[in-house]
Amino acid sequence: MSGDNEETQTTENTPMDEKQVQDKVISPEKSEEAKLKARYPNLGNKPGGSDLLRKRLQKGQKYFDSGDYNMAKAKIKNKQLPTAAPEKTEITGDHIPTPQDLPQRKPSLVASKLAG
Amino acid sequence: MGAGGGTSDVQWCFSQVKGAIDDDVAEADIISTVEFNHSGELLATGDKGGRVVIFQQEPESKNQPQCRGEYNVYSTFQSHEPEFDYLKSLEIEEKINKIRWLPQKNAAQFLLSTNDKTIKLWKISERDKRPEGYNLKEEDGRYRDLNTVTTLRVPVFRPMDLMVEASPRRVFANAHTYHVNSISVNSDCETYLSADDLRINLWNLEITDRSFNIVDIKPTNMEELTEVITAVEFHPNQCNTFVYSSSKGTIRLCDMRASALCDKHAKQFEEPEDPNNRSFFSEIISSISDVKFSHSGRYMMTRDYLSVKIWDLNMESRPVETYQVHEYLRSKLCSLYENDCIFDKFECCWNGNDSVVMTGSYNNFFRMFDRGYRQDVTLEASRENSKPRSVLKPRKVSTGGKRKKDEISVDSLDFNKKILHTAWHPLDNIIAVATTNNLYIFQEKLN
Repeated sequence: MSGDNEETQTTENTPMDEKQVQDKVISPEKSEEAKLKARYPNLGNKPGGSDLLRKRLQKGQKYFDSGDYNMAKAKIKNKQLPTAAPEKTEITGDHIPTPQDLPQRKPSLVASKLAG
Repeated sequence: MGAGGGTSDVQWCFSQVKGAIDDDVAEADIISTVEFNHSGELLATGDKGGRVVIFQQEPESKNQPQCRGEYNVYSTFQSHEPEFDYLKSLEIEEKINKIRWLPQKNAAQFLLSTNDKTIKLWKISERDKRPEGYNLKEEDGRYRDLNTVTTLRVPVFRPMDLMVEASPRRVFANAHTYHVNSISVNSDCETYLSADDLRINLWNLEITDRSFNIVDIKPTNMEELTEVITAVEFHPNQCNTFVYSSSKGTIRLCDMRASALCDKHAKQFEEPEDPNNRSFFSEIISSISDVKFSHSGRYMMTRDYLSVKIWDLNMESRPVETYQVHEYLRSKLCSLYENDCIFDKFECCWNGNDSVVMTGSYNNFFRMFDRGYRQDVTLEASRENSKPRSVLKPRKVSTGGKRKKDEISVDSLDFNKKILHTAWHPLDNIIAVATTNNLYIFQEKLN
């Protein structure tokens, strides 16, 4: 959480009573919005729009191609292949899945600690 | 608020806490759903590891009349497992999104549990007797040599240690392209709804290979997508009525008698917004994360990022009551957007007689709003307040410059300690509150 002081959003060098008037005029939401736009100037104006929703709908999407996978499995002993980037956001086509990248079937499952 | 700090005269005491003490939380242990059954005797939890743990309330003992029975482990099982859909390149999490109990019809208990794609009906049954004295089998199951069988006897049932078995009775799969966010059992006890981001399906509990799509909000062109379905619930006693909420802050009520496809709503509940107050965050914080009918069926409650709203089903234009959960976060929205907390999905619940509502917040705080007495209280689920039957002290977040003693400032709140899931016993003042990986049970102080 940022430790930003609220007062930096209103104009500087304002005497106390003027500042109080300013605080009433600029809603906290709008000043937060201004802060966000200052940090990310390329942010579009439609936050709840299709980009955000489509990202939500695509949760869980991984890249997998069985042909590439089998080729990688065959070659893995000989060659160094491009492996998965540490971040989860992969661009399809830029990454060849290798056996170690593929989500493994989790090992025999442990009981929940709530039942302990 | 009274000196006791509770709403009206209720004081809450710590009763139990379940789960590991250590701070290093394994992802599988993150609790993802909590639900009492219809009698309140059973309490189910689901977690990110796909496991369900069911607790059963002990009968009240005469020795300790000042507290109601404790909840102890009754059954635990692996409900869902991780899958990988190779065709769609989709990783399917085993996380249990929702559990809903069926009303009890016979000795066994039934519940529905769902992950992102598959809903399962589980039967939980008790076995406390077993047959002994078979003619053709030994006690361990091995078949006897027929030459040694010289007499005939009738096997009898003998008592055995109680065994609780969970078995999957139905698997409702392959009906959702998008991620299932909620399920709701109908009051007819024959059908139920499952909703994903764009569609709602109606199932018969007996039939797994077919389901009816009754709401479809997928646009022909996905570029035109403006809202998704966030929750669905059947009316508690009108079996033809259900509501669904959206990411844009609207709730639509549908009547299944009107048509087979309920794309056209019978009612739409939406609070008008002041266009002058609109900001980048307005739509995100208006997204409804949970919708719950009151037990009476006359009202429904919605939870959006900052508030809880009570709606009268007879009035679509605006809610009848609005309660601020943590209004002080409105001036922190920029940071909350950056750390994704603004997308946290809080649930909410009613008490048994619909007089008090409860929801969670950050820093392991949770809030109760008494509708009649117009009082609210903030309590904390923490191991520091975990002496048996110790009364919970109300907490306060200081918003102004001056922080009083015992208050906590907004900047000191721990946003990783979220209470997303809470449940209220259907009849008594017993509540279950889930922190990240622990389950707290609090009870009303009885004298």
